[in-house]
Amino acid sequence: MEQGALKQILILSGGFLGLLFLMNWGAQQSLLQHDAGKDGAETATNYFAGKTIEWIIPFKEGGGGDTWARFNAPFFQRHIPGNPILMINNIPGGGSIKGANLFAEKVKPDGIMILGTSGTTQMPYLLDDPRVRYNYENYKPIMAYPTGGVVYCSPSLGIQSAADIGKLMEVPLKYASQGPTSLDVVPMFSFDLLGLDVQAVFGFRGRGAGRLAFERGEVLIDYQTSSAYLKNVVPMVESGEAIPLFSFGALDENGALIRDPSFPDLPHFGEVYEQLGFQKEGIQWDTWFAFMAAGFGGMKLLLTPHETPDEIVEQFRIAITAMKQDPEYQEKKVKALGLYEQSIGLKAQKIFDLATKVGTAEKNYMKQWLRDTYDLNI
Amino acid sequence: MIDLVLQAFTTLFDPAHFGYLMLGVLLGLVIGVFPGLGGIAGLSLLLPFLYGMDEVSALATLVGLVAVIPTSATFTSILMGIPGSSSSQATVLDGFPLAKQGKASRALGAAFSSSLFGGLFGAIILTFFVQIARPMILLFGSAELFMLALFGLSMVGSLSGKSLTKGILACGFGILVGSIGAAPATGEFRMIFGINYLYDGLPLVVIALSIFAFPEISELFRKGSSISEGAELGKGGWLDGVKDLIKNKWLAIRCAGIGTIVGAIPGMGGSVVDWIAYGHVVQSSKDKSKFGKGDIRGVIAPESANNAKEGGALMPTLLFGIPGSGSMAVFLGGMVLIGIEAGPSMVTTDVDLTYTIIWSLAIANVLGAGLSLFLAGPISQLTRVKFSLLAPFMIMVISFAAFQATKDMTDLWMLLIFGVIGTFMKRFGWSRPAFLIGFVLATQAESYLNMSVQFYGWEMFIRPGVIIIMVLSLISIYFSRKGSVDENAELMEKESTQQLTIGPQLAFLLLILAFILVAIFDSNQQSFLGGIFPLAIAAAILPFGLYLAWVFIRGKKTHSAVFDAEQAVEEGTYKASWLEPMLWIGGLYVVSSLIGFIPAIVLFMVSFFTLKAKTNMLKTALLTAGGVGVLLLFGYFLNLEFPSGILLT
Repeated sequence: MEQGALKQILILSGGFLGLLFLMNWGAQQSLLQHDAGKDGAETATNYFAGKTIEWIIPFKEGGGGDTWARFNAPFFQRHIPGNPILMINNIPGGGSIKGANLFAEKVKPDGIMILGTSGTTQMPYLLDDPRVRYNYENYKPIMAYPTGGVVYCSPSLGIQSAADIGKLMEVPLKYASQGPTSLDVVPMFSFDLLGLDVQAVFGFRGRGAGRLAFERGEVLIDYQTSSAYLKNVVPMVESGEAIPLFSFGALDENGALIRDPSFPDLPHFGEVYEQLGFQKEGIQWDTWFAFMAAGFGGMKLLLTPHETPDEIVEQFRIAITAMKQDPEYQEKKVKALGLYEQSIGLKAQKIFDLATKVGTAEKNYMKQWLRDTYDLNI
Repeated sequence: MIDLVLQAFTTLFDPAHFGYLMLGVLLGLVIGVFPGLGGIAGLSLLLPFLYGMDEVSALATLVGLVAVIPTSATFTSILMGIPGSSSSQATVLDGFPLAKQGKASRALGAAFSSSLFGGLFGAIILTFFVQIARPMILLFGSAELFMLALFGLSMVGSLSGKSLTKGILACGFGILVGSIGAAPATGEFRMIFGINYLYDGLPLVVIALSIFAFPEISELFRKGSSISEGAELGKGGWLDGVKDLIKNKWLAIRCAGIGTIVGAIPGMGGSVVDWIAYGHVVQSSKDKSKFGKGDIRGVIAPESANNAKEGGALMPTLLFGIPGSGSMAVFLGGMVLIGIEAGPSMVTTDVDLTYTIIWSLAIANVLGAGLSLFLAGPISQLTRVKFSLLAPFMIMVISFAAFQATKDMTDLWMLLIFGVIGTFMKRFGWSRPAFLIGFVLATQAESYLNMSVQFYGWEMFIRPGVIIIMVLSLISIYFSRKGSVDENAELMEKESTQQLTIGPQLAFLLLILAFILVAIFDSNQQSFLGGIFPLAIAAAILPFGLYLAWVFIRGKKTHSAVFDAEQAVEEGTYKASWLEPMLWIGGLYVVSSLIGFIPAIVLFMVSFFTLKAKTNMLKTALLTAGGVGVLLLFGYFLNLEFPSGILLT
């Protein structure tokens, strides 16, 4: 190499790298100065001023988890004291495991990085998937949002409602599923408990694809989460192309199973289970309840590490309370997300506990069931 | 219906609505030019503004954005051989050779006018199709979708080159690479070799960039000339491209039709449309000798299909709430945020909204393609720039684009690994389109096969839809026997078989054979449903591989499968060894993983310009500052990340 060339490379690299370093340093200094400029009393209310909060969504753009975050984000940002920037960062992969793992690796207890998970994130955690490196025990909820789901079937099966479900016992049915360790565990386990002969066909990408298979007549039984059910299945019910059977129910303040407030006329799974002569007790029922709570009761959770100071979490709570009273939010929310309420505080904690703390017995029962039914090695 | 369409038109030409549409179009054009950035990046930029807009304006902005991304992605596909989006891969095949011949602006002219035409024609079809779209879409069950995947694979015949054996092997290799990751039927993980990154399979963007762009960059690097090889540029301006389209109007109509229909079928994905259109033009043309070497019809076909596809993809998105392509997922998300519900009501009570969307899409296509046509001439000058000045920017762009796939440093390593494989495929005359078609269709073929066997069993073969598509596939195979695209045909004739050493090709073949054996071994570790598909494919292509090995070992140098571009070109064509570009790019990634991408690209550019382009201090500084500056600017406005290093962050 010529000497001149080497000199040029060294000078320019040094110059540019120095410039980059200075820019980086300058940005950090201005942040620090911002923090230093506040006295103790101000810190609480102005904590987020000038900061950027990164909200990690471990799902692709456009899906249910993403829509939940993106719908809430602008209202949420508007009401956080100090007017920080709220930035959504989608890190999809491995059915949400990748993004949640990355969060676990990077997060600090300062509220600057928060994670939105869904039932899909809870399932592999509860089933001890070896890829999972996040631990819900290290987190606490900022906000929790439940949802529901409705099972419906084709009128060609000759039944009118869940009251006739006994007639389906001997009929071999197929169900379009995303996979054995997805949220589909809940409906598939439900079918099994009711004694229905349902074979799962895997490989569908999303519940939408499953609904399409129902409309094509490839499968005769299906379930959709509440908002998709309201938008796309209710019109079919009205035109006589689908028969609603039961909902998965909802949890009341005490964590008891009640009818889903979005579908008060539909029996919940527990009612149908009893109607068939089963008792709502024992390991089978407990397992069903635990996984239903994890999948639907705590469908969407917004999380921060356990050590995050309460003053910081309080800022978020203030924002969510204000957000829920925002008239624009109220006007648009039902259409975008459904009827359920974004919970905070104790209520959120309750949902969080139900959704992420499943007993060993129930866990093992579910794993054994998956092994027996789907030959799944977990 | 007429009055509804007219009503949609009055809404459209309302100045405010039109303004928002234009805003979306401009944004889409700017973002789409950068490979790897698509609707998602655009949406995140747009989102804060969507609130507070009224329904129709927000929708117009969104439609404008989504509509033109496949349009401006064409720039890099033709000018640099970098596939700008998943639906402009086939455009590279003839578009880039045209650019090399100095006909870049003619190719761009044909591409953009085809885009414009395709978009408009798609909208016309949709206007009539809307009312019957629901039942039509429902006709495509999993059995039909499986057959469609096979139909896509049948295009390999026309794209496999002189040696069908190698084409089939390349396609099978692509399918096996595509089956890395979770098995659709069981969720088991295949061939992941303990690498977390592979759980979700390899991203299409990374594979497309490494198979098409990487080998071209490395070849240009070695030749050291400009992209247009010394040829006069003005030979054929963009107007000639428009004339080419008019001459081939029936082809464009057929391809726009293909685009609309395939786009409307949910579950096929946008990335096969351009290949089906390309296969179609090859099969239906009498003179096939120019394809792959710069036939303008090879640009018109995929470009008129890929804009029509976006229109088609609107159907499942609007009527079923199921996005028909990646950008439609973004569109659907945007609709939810605005408060519009996709579903059956879009053909009943909200049908006026559907017409507004369809025709906004058409107008956006006209605006986007019109603006791009206007820019085609000036931007084509890029192909005259000395390659050593252009190379660092192209390497920066493909690295950045690959990193957008999963935002993992492994994206870059995979780009390098498959880039090397792609370079050898090009050198030894292995059909890269065949590989890519196999890769793209692997998952679809497998999951729909699994579903249709479980849903229909043998009865799937008596379904009318299946029979029709099967007949189409047979016709396609029949026509493909009449000639196949081979980018190396001219070199092959020059090749002197006497002094040819066969060793390098044999080594590459043994590598692929080894991979096939790994696939067989891995499949045997899986459950029956999890392993049967890759096992069957591997078992099917193994005999072809063994046969080829026998040909090579016996030293049958006159056999059509024997080819080595390295030994066929005239001496002195290459000014650097084949290893050099790989070392530069590999070096960039090693340094990136240590100190982060941005500092590494600074070092890379400074060294490259100084050593390879021999620019002086000032010019080097300006070029580096310009390149990195644009990257940082994009990063800042779109909230993008760059790979960070272990030592520095």
